[in-house]
Amino acid sequence: MAHSLRGKTAIVGMGTAGMGEAPGFSAMELLGLSVHAALDDCGLKLGDIDAVFAATSSHAFASMSVVEYLGLKPKFFDSTNVGGSSFEMHLLQATLALEAGLCDTALICYGSNQRTAGGRLVSMSEPQWHETPYHPRHPITAYALATARHMHQYGTTREDLADVAVAARGWANLNPEAFARGPLTREDVLGRRMVSDPLTAGDCCLVTDGAAACILTRADRAKNFPKAPVYFLGAAGANWHRSIQAMPDLTVTAASDSGPRAFEMAGITHSDIDLVMLYDAFTINTILFLEDLGFCPKGEGGRFVRDGRIAPGGELAVNTNGGGLSCVHPGMYGMFLIAESVAQIRREAGERQLDRADIALLNGNGGTLSSQVTAVLGSEAAL
Amino acid sequence: MTDDPAMLGPQQAYEAWLGQGRFMLQKSRSSGEYVFYPKVMAPSGAIDLEWVEAAGTGTVYSITVNRRREGSYNVALVDLDEGVRMMATVAGPETVPIGTRVRARIEAAPGDGGIPRIVFDPIEEA
Repeated sequence: MAHSLRGKTAIVGMGTAGMGEAPGFSAMELLGLSVHAALDDCGLKLGDIDAVFAATSSHAFASMSVVEYLGLKPKFFDSTNVGGSSFEMHLLQATLALEAGLCDTALICYGSNQRTAGGRLVSMSEPQWHETPYHPRHPITAYALATARHMHQYGTTREDLADVAVAARGWANLNPEAFARGPLTREDVLGRRMVSDPLTAGDCCLVTDGAAACILTRADRAKNFPKAPVYFLGAAGANWHRSIQAMPDLTVTAASDSGPRAFEMAGITHSDIDLVMLYDAFTINTILFLEDLGFCPKGEGGRFVRDGRIAPGGELAVNTNGGGLSCVHPGMYGMFLIAESVAQIRREAGERQLDRADIALLNGNGGTLSSQVTAVLGSEAAL
Repeated sequence: MTDDPAMLGPQQAYEAWLGQGRFMLQKSRSSGEYVFYPKVMAPSGAIDLEWVEAAGTGTVYSITVNRRREGSYNVALVDLDEGVRMMATVAGPETVPIGTRVRARIEAAPGDGGIPRIVFDPIEEA
């Protein structure tokens, strides 16, 4: 029997703003522009929004700040901040609130100007007292430790990691909105400056500006909008730790728990999936999530991504916008997993459009491989 | 302020022990499990935690070198023989292989009034 939440809500409006570089704009201004774009996309007005879901790296009370800036009076609001996975969690929270009848039109939104504001990752993440004496660099130290362990335990190589970055660039080269475009070879990635062994600058995501927003309604209303609805099919979160010191096994993320539950809610198996959107803050993420979400056995992720398997023309379409590695990464990238899934499912993805794009699997990642939220979105054909 | 670290909350107690030159871990009297970082409760839920001297030996679980213009240093995760993991650094070499056996020592804080920290030295193969 289908899960009671499956297909009950849909994204009817999607908007982005300030992708890449947006000099002169604040994070909230970019967020506001993306909300305007999302409303424009579905023909709704600000006054129609009666629920706000928001998280940013620069607002302690994100939904409160958004409500004030846009002049909203929502009946339901939520600022759940689980890092870059916040927005996949918001999809689930918004679906719960909509389905319970607590609201009718939900806004999920995010904005950041971290590139033009300083060019460094902006984070409100507080230092962990038991790690501070060793001066870890947030967040790369944690991801480098996970990478080193995966290489030690499974024989994953720096070449495998580089292939993830090369595949992402291949997709970015088909996306005019991607920030990093142009040829990129395995040797290029390997030859970049070493930042935190074994990760070079080429293994790290971009630091860009960017904002994105989407509008969700109950499915019964979703067909009354100009664009084809993108249905919520399932979502689940899992969270086992906060700081990397407390991650039980650095080669196994909580996506191994959230993934199966999201699959179950959506009633899908791997062969149903047309698009895989994985939060690639670092090249190791893609490898870990492919394993933990069951696309290959644990430890085989490095070999799985070799020789263009996840690049354009490969067997599995992964991060078709170019990912956090080559498209956009304003600090909390999770909202852009949704934006690309919507673009593909609506067949608005231009040169990178997949032949079949009815079901997308998204995996948001927050903190230091900490919070994992898996979501499944689909077209009407997927219902 | 008491002189007995055992009267303090776990974080301050751990740091106070280090200030006294002792590397102490919490252990549950009932379950025998060790806890790190120090907390008011063990993963099992037990709160009958007492402070015991750490053996000080462990194995490098993972390690990275943070490369900076001002000087590079390694950051490691060390699995202590008691079965708990801590973030630390391996003193001396730029880095060591995962699996290297290491021994803890207390390193004084760089400035006055700071909290000392645990660092690890590789154990020379016999």
